[in-house]
Amino acid sequence: MRGLLPIAVVVAALAAVPLVVQSNTTLNFLVVTLLIALAGQGWNILGGYGGQYSFGHAAFFGTGAYVTAILQVRYGVNAWLAFGAGIVIGAAVGGIIGALTFRARLRGSYFALVSLAFAEVLRIVASVAPITGAGVGTLVKLDLRVEALQFQSRAAFFWVVLALVAISLLVAQRLERSRFGTWLIAVRENEDAAKALGVNATQVKLCAMMISAAITAAAGCFYTQYFLFVDSGIAFGTRMSIEALLTPIIGGAGTVFGPLLGALVVQAVGEGAKLVAGDAPGLSLIVYGCILILVIAFAPRGLIGLVETSRRRVARPAKREAAHG
Amino acid sequence: MFSPVILITAILNGLLTGAVYALVALGLTLIYGVLHIINFAHGALLSAALFAAFFAFHLLGLDPYLAALLLAPIFFGLGYAIQRLIISPASHGDDRNMLLVTLGLSVVIENALLYAFRADTRTIDLPYAFQTIDLGFTFLPIPRLIGFCVVFAVALVLWAIMRRTDVGKAIRAVAKEKLGAQLAGIEVSHVYAVTFGLGTACVAIAACLLIPTFYVNPSVGEAFVLIAFTIVVLGGMGSVPGALVGGLVIGVVESLSGLFLGESLGQIGIFLIFIAVLLVRPTGLFGARA
Repeated sequence: MRGLLPIAVVVAALAAVPLVVQSNTTLNFLVVTLLIALAGQGWNILGGYGGQYSFGHAAFFGTGAYVTAILQVRYGVNAWLAFGAGIVIGAAVGGIIGALTFRARLRGSYFALVSLAFAEVLRIVASVAPITGAGVGTLVKLDLRVEALQFQSRAAFFWVVLALVAISLLVAQRLERSRFGTWLIAVRENEDAAKALGVNATQVKLCAMMISAAITAAAGCFYTQYFLFVDSGIAFGTRMSIEALLTPIIGGAGTVFGPLLGALVVQAVGEGAKLVAGDAPGLSLIVYGCILILVIAFAPRGLIGLVETSRRRVARPAKREAAHG
Repeated sequence: MFSPVILITAILNGLLTGAVYALVALGLTLIYGVLHIINFAHGALLSAALFAAFFAFHLLGLDPYLAALLLAPIFFGLGYAIQRLIISPASHGDDRNMLLVTLGLSVVIENALLYAFRADTRTIDLPYAFQTIDLGFTFLPIPRLIGFCVVFAVALVLWAIMRRTDVGKAIRAVAKEKLGAQLAGIEVSHVYAVTFGLGTACVAIAACLLIPTFYVNPSVGEAFVLIAFTIVVLGGMGSVPGALVGGLVIGVVESLSGLFLGESLGQIGIFLIFIAVLLVRPTGLFGARA
């Protein structure tokens, strides 16, 4: 129960924000931040806890986004069902890619490369296939009813994405405390040693990949419902792959709150850069890239790691004094 | 189907394009062979080099082939500095961190180019850009023939550096046994930086060979880098002859699949080869270490 309290506090505090803040710009900023935090939490399960660095999580984000859009537009499926289907199919895509790559024993840079290649293949297919609307993309009809999973107010969208983030936090927290999570961390630390101890590394990684893909796909499904449009560049482009890995690494990979913290920092700094230098193409990504390098250089365990280290530094001298006294 | 003349022309064109791919891949495989990192910034550096070649022509009136003599040393220095001042200190020697740092670099370089020059596509006009050689049954563009020859000259020079000079010996020693090389008095961080510099210089030369018949925009390198990864994986990570042969093979594959599947799907052929090779034979055709 101990780990649940911080999650409850953070989620409750965030949930109260729309009651205080009415500005649409601020709420929009928070919705996008939570969306990226969600995508990042997906990456965090596989990359942070499992040590498998994917450079192509856009594959899952895009699958979720396209499935949600296509089922509604072309097959008249209810939005809620389409949303669920997006998550399930996203997880299935994760399972397929995972089964192929982990069985071929691809690790480290090889895994990063092949995940990137899968996302690129999907991007090219989506940019020419008729079912995805090819180069034009797919537009979802405006239909502001709860049954259509569209809302009049931004606050409602905010609460929906917050609920998804809350679920993803719980998943990460459960994972940390479960036997499966211990196996996963063992695989990250030393795969050969974990295998020698009887951990079925391939299966553990595959499971983690499916959970990871499902969470990132949920972010894609939400994207479609919020922006009502998706094209191949948004869905499967490298930008989403980069944002999904950036947020947990900056916040703290392999921690429950890392992706949320990272997303807040990244989005805030990106908006700040816009205020200072005007909204120019490429600017926010220049800033993201610099933050990524700086965090790896000076805070290899992310901002959460930084906080923990400094807290210990403060705590230690105090203890010593107590021992002397 | 297609007549043999069209097929042979497509294959020859593929070989010419493939040679330039091979040069990009050569830089990548060299860096991988010694530092054991996949340099994700390679494509962004290619974009930067293409812009450099473009402005050398536009502002200084420098012919791209002459610009190569100037840009190769400049990019060698740039690569040396990037490895020595950014990648090495920032990654603390951890493989995963190196991967992320080069990814961060590629994001920064590519978007800095986008910020400075916008997404416009630019080309240069050379009097000889469209001259061809008549082979009797088909025509081959002269600039790409020159490129083909230069690539093999560069490969030969690289081979000579690796085999005949002290620096080359040091690089090979570090690639084989890092700790042993260190004990023998070789400064590993210097060797790493030199290797990174050589790889980056390859990119600069490739850019000068490309610019007469190609275009430049901030994200142009991205397309090349995935092709280069494919070549490196196909030829075997770290294998120089593998990169050369792989480059030619991929050039032909791209040319033929473009012919049969159309321009936009032509690229898919490359990615499918890439994924297939990684899944079935990650050591590549030349079977270098995994």
